[in-house]
Amino acid sequence: MYLKLFWSFFQIGLFSFGGGYAAMPLIQNQVVDLNGWLTMSEFADVITISQMTPGPIGINAATFVGIRIGGIQGAIVATIGCVLPSCVIVLSLAYIYYKYRGLDTVQGVLNGLRPAVIAMIGSAGVALMILAFWNGKAMTITGDGIDYVAVSIFTIAFVILRKWKANPIHIMVVAGLIGLCIYPFVL
Amino acid sequence: MKKDIKFYFKLFASTFYLSAFTFGGGFVIIPLMRKKFVDQYKWIDEKEMLDLTAIAQASPGAIAVNAAILVGYRLAGILGAMITILGTVLPPLLILSLISLAYTEFRDSLIVKYVLRGMQAGVAAVIIDVVVTMGIDLIKERKVLPIMVMLSSFVAAFFLHINVIFMILASGMIGGMAMYYSKHIKKSGEGK
Repeated sequence: MYLKLFWSFFQIGLFSFGGGYAAMPLIQNQVVDLNGWLTMSEFADVITISQMTPGPIGINAATFVGIRIGGIQGAIVATIGCVLPSCVIVLSLAYIYYKYRGLDTVQGVLNGLRPAVIAMIGSAGVALMILAFWNGKAMTITGDGIDYVAVSIFTIAFVILRKWKANPIHIMVVAGLIGLCIYPFVL
Repeated sequence: MKKDIKFYFKLFASTFYLSAFTFGGGFVIIPLMRKKFVDQYKWIDEKEMLDLTAIAQASPGAIAVNAAILVGYRLAGILGAMITILGTVLPPLLILSLISLAYTEFRDSLIVKYVLRGMQAGVAAVIIDVVVTMGIDLIKERKVLPIMVMLSSFVAAFFLHINVIFMILASGMIGGMAMYYSKHIKKSGEGK
């Protein structure tokens, strides 16, 4: 049983490219459809809870399913299974990177990659900003249904980060506390 | 930098701390790591951090875990990678283990909901701040090609939802070709 758990999450770890949401159908396939470890509604809960807690969804699912099936040992086995493929692949790529990064061709490739990486992080940032401002509802140009509290928190946080280079974690904690103080009165 | 017990503990503690705060998807770990390892500890330089991000993106598995493996390996080899993996995996493992005891209560908790909604706006600001900083640095170099790659990649990722792997391959190829082209031009210029 532990072997099956390990193997399932090993496959999830191996085939989930692009992180987070891209991995969800894969996890669902292994955990709900193939092995019946969770029902569909329990799986939906795992996703909700993953969004509410820190950490990658793959690891969260591994822990949740692992505990269900085999207690804390199950969670550890599933998590190791999930991390092992990235571990091997990433370490091999890191080895190649540090061995060959001095070469001109590799430098050229990396010069092309850097702006693309900035753009991809930017795309994720803008998507998250829209999610925060419209709270997951469709975005509107007119600003209907916009969450002004979120817009204010965002703006203040952004100004503080730019001007005083504040610690991002402090910003996140304070933003959470402001949410806790204001949202009970406006929602 | 001295690699004693203190260094390894610092490495473990910082990845553990960062992982406990990666709300809002794996990308959040990048600004946090950049702040910690590039700005604060000065263990890794800016360009290298971007390269490591590209590798983390292109590999299967969670971005946060991949980035942690890379930083650990860069700083202290395989042992370093083991330490950073442990530091990154433990917070979600512990938190989810606790929550699974009473997950419906947690899921329906209003307090959690309010805190998370506030935090989401804060996280968005953190990511966009880092992107603005890196984008300005890139534009200051005044090279047309990287700026064009950045803008077109943004359109491809945000509006067209093009697969990450494909974007990494395409931009890498453009960079490789540009390097080849500029060397070729230089050589034929010297020949005259």
